[in-house]
Formats: sequence, C-alpha cells, structure tokens
Amino acid sequence: MSADHSEELAALVGRRSGAPQVAPDAVNLAMIRHWVEAMGDENPVYLSEEAATDAGFGGIVAPPTMLQAWIMRGLKASLEAESRRAEPETTAGSDNDRMMALLDDEGRTSVVATNCDQHYVRPLRLGERLVTTSTIEDITAEKKTGLGEGRFVTTRIDFVSLPDLGEHASVSEEVVAAGEPVATMRFRILKYRPGTAKGAEVRDGDGGPARPRRPRPALTQDNAFFFEGTRAGKLLIQRCVSCHTLRHPPLPACAVCGSLDWDTVQASGRGELYSFVVVHYPKVPSFDYPLPIGLVALEEGTRLVADLAIDPAELRIGMPVEAELVSFDDELTLPVFHGLPAERDEGG
Amino acid sequence: MSSGGLGTRTYDSVAVGDELERLVLPITPTLIVAGAIASRDYQDVHHDRTLAQLRGSPDIFMNILTTNGLVGRFVTDWSGPAAVLRDVVIRLGAPNYPDDTMTLTGIVTAKADPDADGRRGDVEVTVRGANSLGDHVTGTVTVSLPREGVRR
Repeated sequence: MSADHSEELAALVGRRSGAPQVAPDAVNLAMIRHWVEAMGDENPVYLSEEAATDAGFGGIVAPPTMLQAWIMRGLKASLEAESRRAEPETTAGSDNDRMMALLDDEGRTSVVATNCDQHYVRPLRLGERLVTTSTIEDITAEKKTGLGEGRFVTTRIDFVSLPDLGEHASVSEEVVAAGEPVATMRFRILKYRPGTAKGAEVRDGDGGPARPRRPRPALTQDNAFFFEGTRAGKLLIQRCVSCHTLRHPPLPACAVCGSLDWDTVQASGRGELYSFVVVHYPKVPSFDYPLPIGLVALEEGTRLVADLAIDPAELRIGMPVEAELVSFDDELTLPVFHGLPAERDEGG
Repeated sequence: MSSGGLGTRTYDSVAVGDELERLVLPITPTLIVAGAIASRDYQDVHHDRTLAQLRGSPDIFMNILTTNGLVGRFVTDWSGPAAVLRDVVIRLGAPNYPDDTMTLTGIVTAKADPDADGRRGDVEVTVRGANSLGDHVTGTVTVSLPREGVRR
C-alpha cells in the first residue's frame, strides 16, 4: 500500500503555498476585450467609458470573473514548468510543491478541480496592478468519491491592489500587506488515487492513469454469438446449416443458398495475415499506439479483423499468426493475434 | 441566446422565484480555445486534442475560468450593466467537451435586506449549466442591484 503522510500534510495547513505572485500586467483594456469577446459578454461597462460612468462605476471596470486571468502565468512560463516537470528529481521548492509531492507519494497522482468560490470586494479599474498570496487552507482526510479515494485540498488566494508597483516582478509579504484587498478566491481540488472509484475504469499498468474501457460492440441477434464465444474461450465462425458455407462477419442469411438457418463451428485460431494497417492517429485513449490492426485469413477460410500483438516492424503479409483470447474487462474478450515462430511456418 | 438587450433590473423589481432567461450555448472548439487563451490558461488539455487524448480525455475541455466567465455573463445579461457581482460560488461537474451544448438556467433564490444607505441590495441567483453528460456547473451568484429611482 502507499504511504500515509497525514501528519506532514496537517503541518502544511495554514502555510503559504509559495511566494507572492505579481500580475504580469496591470488591468488593461486589451485583455478585457479578448475576454468579453470569448465569453460573448455584451455588458458595455467593460469596454465603454461612457456606459461604465452611466452605470455608476466612474469608468471602465474589468469583468469580475476575470479575476484569476490577471495573475495567470501565460504560455512561456507554462512551457518552462512543463519541461521542468519532465526532469527527474526536481527539488521541491514551495510548500505547495511539497504538498503535491506528498499527495503523489500517497498514490494520489490524479487531480481534478471541484470548486471555485470568488468574492469581489469591489470592481477593478484600468491601471490597477494585482498581487496575490496563496494559503493552504484545508487538506481533508481520505474521502471515497465517484472518481476514487482522495483528499480535498482548499487553497485560498487573496488579491490585493498595488497600483504603483512599476516593473517589479516580485514583492515581499510586507509590500503585499500594505496593498488594498480587492478579492478572495477559494479553489478546491481532489487529489485522488486513479482506478479506485466504484466500478473503476481499466487501469493502464500499475499506478498509471485510469483510462476508458474499449468501445463496446453493437450487439445484435446475429453477432452476439461471436462475443459470447470469445468470453467462453472460443473463436466461433458462423456456418450455414443447409450448404455448410462459413461466413464472417455475421449475417442473418447465407449469401450462397439464402438459408436463414445457421450454427457455428469453433475455429482453430490459426491463420495468416492477409493485410494490415498500423494506426498512429487519431489516438483514442482506450488503445496503445502505434496500434497494429490485421485482417487475418483463418485456416477455415473466413477473414477476421483483429488486434495484432506483433511489433509493427515485423509485420509481413502472409505471415502465420495465431489467436489468443484476451479479456479487456469484465464484459469484453477479443481475439488478439500473435506471430508464429518461423519453424512452424510450413507445418501441417 | 441572449436577446440582444441587456436587462435593467433593480433590487425592487426582483422577487425570489424569478427565473432568468435561459442561455443555450453551443460548446465549440473555438469557444473552449478562445476562453482558455483569453484567460491565459495554456494547459494543453484546453487547446490540443492530441495531447488531451494522450492524457486520457476524449477531447479538449473547457477550463474553469471560462466557466466562471460564462456564469458571470449569464447573470449580468439578466441584471443589466448597473449590477455589481459580489460572489460567484461554483461547483464543477461533467466536463464541457466540443460539440456539446450547455444550457444555463437560473432562479432568484434569496434577497438580502437593502444596504444600510438604501441605495442598493444583494440578490442571490442559483445557477445551473447542464450539458449532455449532466451538470457541468452548479452554484450561486450574488449580485448587488440598484434600488428603484435611486440616482447613480
């Protein structure tokens, strides 16, 4: 089982998440225009000095819900953070980093935002520069949730206005304390252990991210036998009862004699690769890529589309293959074809 | 969609139980990406489908800041430009993926006493934004509205 860091986590409650954050830019019309156009917000007080004055604001104000946008780090810092994360053993700097590392070490590697509460003391005017301090306000005991077992973490972000900050990119706590409080935000996330939800999704290896199950086949009265067969460990082929012609994919009637009567025979599972593709894109999260898919000519004579457990570089048309029935989850078992060793190529 | 004109609600004209005109928003990749970039949120899951799928999501999805912005807009579309947002308290649920539709509905659930100076008063609106997967967002927005006949 994973570690339990309850005591170390409790010690972090009440601590600053990190150093004060300074907004890269003062509240400005250009960013407001991007925002209101994206949101489809027609409220004129965000762009028109006259309308804003008429409405009693004394001049243009920023959309209040834009609060967090003023302190977002932007593209450059996001890319830098991303490349840092790719490096092993980065020394944890802030208490927020330490908290996240402890939660990861508990096996709670997945994260989802659950709540966002914003309180605005007053509207923000053009030219104001915001600075924030963040405090770890609460870390819960383990909770069972629909996503999995995890802890809820609440961070409080206090926004102060410091209009005369100039070019400063960083400020001390003392400077922040002299600012005017303009807003507060509480942000709650769930850090959870993937794959621990009720009816958990299929896990991608040990401790890896949860991923969705494979798409379900559309079952009909004609094809259900195939999937019931694979679940029972048999690769079945439909056979016409009147003329004994085999057919695949399943159909209600025989294409040779027209008979509606059919039964099934069990295939040996051996055949040869009639054709194949290797899918690189688009990626569907239920599968691993590159994804080789084969059209296999079974030795009984019908052809079947199936996954290939064969290195794409080794794939050759005509190569001998053999089916293994693989259970992907409780409901779905499908044939996956492996290559056969060369010495059995010409075997009887 | 909003009918063009913004509302001009006053504290006195609003009653608990009033319903807001619903807002039906097509969730397009353009809306998701424009909202992410306008909020300076460059997490790849909000603009890059390939990387979003690598991380186990079926597609890109809307970021929280955009959800916040849409909820705020929904309420001020109704209240009009003289309203002042006080609180936006939201709980997040089913993601907004492209090619879905989110329908925002709202109802006035509380009215505080008028402010001490008699010029304005707070009104609470309970908001829900639902898509085909369920509730994307639920929460409350508290908005300060001017009193009837009070000069601004």
